[in-house]
Amino acid sequence: MRCRTTTGGRVNRAKKIQFTFDGRTYQGLEGDTVASALLSNGVHLLGRSFKYHRPRGILGAGAEEPNALITVIRDEARRTPNLRATQVEIYEGMTVVSQNRWPSLSFDLGAINSFFSPMLPAGFYNKTFMWPRSWWFKVYEPKIRAAAGLGVASTRPDPDRYAQQFAHCEVLVVGAGPAGLAAALTAAQSGARVILCDEQAEMGGSLLSERSAVVDGQPASDWVANAVEKLRANPRVRLLPRTTAFGYFPHNNIGLSERITDHLASPPAHLPRERLWQVRATEVILATGGIERPLIFPGNDRPGVMLASAARTYANRYGVRVGERIAVLAGCDVAFEAAVDLSAAGATIAVIADVRPAGSADGPGYASAKAAGLRILPNATALSVTGKLRVTGVQLGILGTDGVVVSGETVACDAIVTSGGYTPSVHLHSQSRGKLAFDSLLGAFIPAATAERTRSAGFSRGVTGLAAALQDGASVGAAAASATGFHTEVPGFSARALDSNLTGSPGALPQLPGSIPPAKAFVDFQNDVTTRDISLAQREGFESIEHIKRYTTTGMATDQGKTSGLNALGIVAEASNRPIAQVGLTTYRMPYTPVTFGAFAGPARGDQFDPVRRTPSHEWAVARGGVFEDVGNWKRTRYFPVGQEDMHAAVNRECLATRNSVGMFDASTLGKIEVVGKDAAEFLNRFYVNNWSNLGVNRSRYGILCRDDGFVYDDGVIVRLAEDRFHVTTTTGGAARVFNMMEDYLQTEWQDLSVWITSTSEQWSVVAVQGPKARDVLSKLTSDIDLSATALPHMGVTRGHIGGVPAILMRVSFTGELGFEVNVPAEYGADLWEAIYAAGKEFGITPYGTEAMHVLRAEKGYIIVGQDTDGTLTPDDAGVAWAIGKTKRDFIGKRGMDRAALKSASRKQLVGLQTEDPAVVLEEGAQIVLAPNQPIPFQMVGHVTSSYFSANLGRSIAMAAVAGGRAKMGETIYVAMPGGDIPVKVVSTVFYDPQGARLNV
Amino acid sequence: MLLINCPYCGSRPEPEFTHGGQAHIARPGDPANTTDDELLNFLYLRENPRGLFRERWRHARGCGRFFNAIRDTTTDFFVTTYKVGERPELPGGAS
Repeated sequence: MRCRTTTGGRVNRAKKIQFTFDGRTYQGLEGDTVASALLSNGVHLLGRSFKYHRPRGILGAGAEEPNALITVIRDEARRTPNLRATQVEIYEGMTVVSQNRWPSLSFDLGAINSFFSPMLPAGFYNKTFMWPRSWWFKVYEPKIRAAAGLGVASTRPDPDRYAQQFAHCEVLVVGAGPAGLAAALTAAQSGARVILCDEQAEMGGSLLSERSAVVDGQPASDWVANAVEKLRANPRVRLLPRTTAFGYFPHNNIGLSERITDHLASPPAHLPRERLWQVRATEVILATGGIERPLIFPGNDRPGVMLASAARTYANRYGVRVGERIAVLAGCDVAFEAAVDLSAAGATIAVIADVRPAGSADGPGYASAKAAGLRILPNATALSVTGKLRVTGVQLGILGTDGVVVSGETVACDAIVTSGGYTPSVHLHSQSRGKLAFDSLLGAFIPAATAERTRSAGFSRGVTGLAAALQDGASVGAAAASATGFHTEVPGFSARALDSNLTGSPGALPQLPGSIPPAKAFVDFQNDVTTRDISLAQREGFESIEHIKRYTTTGMATDQGKTSGLNALGIVAEASNRPIAQVGLTTYRMPYTPVTFGAFAGPARGDQFDPVRRTPSHEWAVARGGVFEDVGNWKRTRYFPVGQEDMHAAVNRECLATRNSVGMFDASTLGKIEVVGKDAAEFLNRFYVNNWSNLGVNRSRYGILCRDDGFVYDDGVIVRLAEDRFHVTTTTGGAARVFNMMEDYLQTEWQDLSVWITSTSEQWSVVAVQGPKARDVLSKLTSDIDLSATALPHMGVTRGHIGGVPAILMRVSFTGELGFEVNVPAEYGADLWEAIYAAGKEFGITPYGTEAMHVLRAEKGYIIVGQDTDGTLTPDDAGVAWAIGKTKRDFIGKRGMDRAALKSASRKQLVGLQTEDPAVVLEEGAQIVLAPNQPIPFQMVGHVTSSYFSANLGRSIAMAAVAGGRAKMGETIYVAMPGGDIPVKVVSTVFYDPQGARLNV
Repeated sequence: MLLINCPYCGSRPEPEFTHGGQAHIARPGDPANTTDDELLNFLYLRENPRGLFRERWRHARGCGRFFNAIRDTTTDFFVTTYKVGERPELPGGAS
């Protein structure tokens, strides 16, 4: 740890921590980040850049870091890419690897992109790879992605747990720097509930990097410790360190991402890795501080070139010298402060090259640098940098009084620290749709009008100086608390610090006259965008900053342009001779820093992702090897294979058994709605197309529901249980939407009706017993129900006991056979299923699944809404116009289906199709044409909606929607398939027992 | 996540609600005397204003009631919510 100072800093020098970086073991100290620990070992080279694979080091010391992206590996499943080394705390045994290099970090073959860079300008991808179009997704994009990339995540399931929590408070304070701490202290003393979050492990923000600042008579670090202790002792305050406020959502709903175990060597099993907070705060205080801008000059991306604030943080907070001989490029007074602190940490300051005119610097930082005897060179600029994997020197230029640059001296150095001024962090304010205004004094955008109940405090709104920031935080904290009804005095704070002016001028440093920099000067480090790219975009006519952003990709990387945004604006402004304020800003989007998918998913994974609905026969079916399919959230048994049967064999057997003897089917998934009230019949008259007034009690009828546009929406059997009580069944998938539609019309259109509706889908279990022996089976199970055809005719309903269980017995059939549906309270469902199966044994009762159910109903031409209809068929198109109550004045869809176009004879109508070859089963969805071998494009006249092999008929059957289909009975049309057109005959949709004799027995 | 003021329950988070399209579109109740144009207006034609918009909402995962709201489509924020049958003035007095 040769670059570690002997004293100072907030690291624990007694606690050494070993970790590996790219396989090599390094030692750091407790309190180090990966960045500070590597720097203490003299390691500056941390990664390769996205596009050109240029060697990159560490630019910053926090969330702004664009270069030093690393992957942390705990094990094969815990591999987290694209983390900023400046924010990752080290732990014993940690494994860190660099990214985007092959075969190694110091020798990367991908760097060949750098040689081709003249051919990789802005917009290169768009210009070059557009032809042929089909190659973009197949060839170009995968290749480009492979060559230019970020880290690689694990492909294994994430074994960690992620928690989610909602929280409410009067005042949420984002950022625990001086302004944030003062705001939280003040708001808390008012009695309001306060949440204070900060992205760092320690609270204190910029105060943690101060060497000599004093607050309320105490060293800054002591004051921070006392302030945090005071807040912690307050039960109405919640402190959230390691917590990033990443998104500002409407109505002060703030998303926080709390990292709980990533810094621990052995995370306890009971802790989640991260917690996603959704805070609803009455008032939000944004005390997010600011981010320093780098200076832009050729070679400014070389490892060893760093922000002055970062170098100062590494020296003061971590006790790390970022170089032994350092050149300082000052575009802002704060660089002088850094130079003094770096000198105090034992580094040699080779030069302070002030890129501003002589006399610009006169603040306390400048004075202290002068007093320390540091060499200050005004009117300077940087022309080039030597060194590849680490800087070895900088060639300076001098800006003459005539505004022309001449070459200056070359300064040998092993680090260059630069400061281009500070940018207030207005990300969250901007996300909340607050307006921004350009502060010409500061040379940056600051918050203006707000759209939410939010206030910015401290430097994030342009307040500079430690005492002023503290006081601003206190005032804003008191005002926010007061706005929520908690009033308090504004406490006074005293502070002493150097308080350098933070102003700089965004843009690139001046270069030799007429020179196009031979080396690249980077604006956006992470996306490898140079000054040349931005100039090129402007030359090609891009004026809007939003267009320049997309064309050059500046500001579009994972760091969202934290260090580059304002510099890019400065370059555009200068080149187009507009003030920055007129160039405008690009939109800030969430997340502020990347958030893991795990945090968003939380517990909603695997079994917890979506509820599963199981039928009463589920366990029975599982035990017998039933094969399931998903129908909405339901698990339904598709077929019950016996022995080695495949689906085809099982379905054939189930269909034959049902028609020849008896089958049983779990129909519990049908939607059920109880409609009650004195106007229940009138409501159904208006709602369904059928007439319900003349339906007797204990009778049922097949109902069709349309939308107001006249198209079929749902169907189902409706039972009249009493004069004022109906049991409505819906399709399985339509249950919720039919219920909602009923509510809609009852609440908003027909408030005159006295009707209540209740969803009873979950209250009833339903077993369908179908087949010629159905009556024999049920008669064994009941003593109080007369099952005879006279007492219980087709569509009749009765009540009694089946298997000793109270039941509503409906004589209904979706198979065309003698059939019953036994409805019992849901909790008896599993027992009822077993009882019917046992009673049916002597008749060879055969449980059948949804596949056989589909075949059986298709043999009879019964439609399935959503399969044979698609939202564009009227009842007449679907062949169920007979259901319409012709004498009704109104019902939903009556006027809609009365439109001329919906009555045309050439509309698609449902018909049956018969293939010439009975073994050929058509493809559902296949297109239908009137004649084969037409010139392309074929004239399509419809499509196959249902198609099966019918074991009962010994041939294939199909239904189809065909234009003018009913007028084509007996004609041959064709189903267009890749293997050739298949001739089919148009027939009735009823393939089996057209007279319905088997129903009425 | 917006907070929406259900006129029956009070302020509740957005996931409890479903959107129901433009408000105050009366369903023609007499099919025999409804023209094709009236039907067209009822079924298909909707406003899509920039600014204040009257629309239907339902507190679907709460009380289940439909209600109406005035929302500013440029900010997403609600100006007011009101019960079926009411029709408060828009700010500025427009209808």
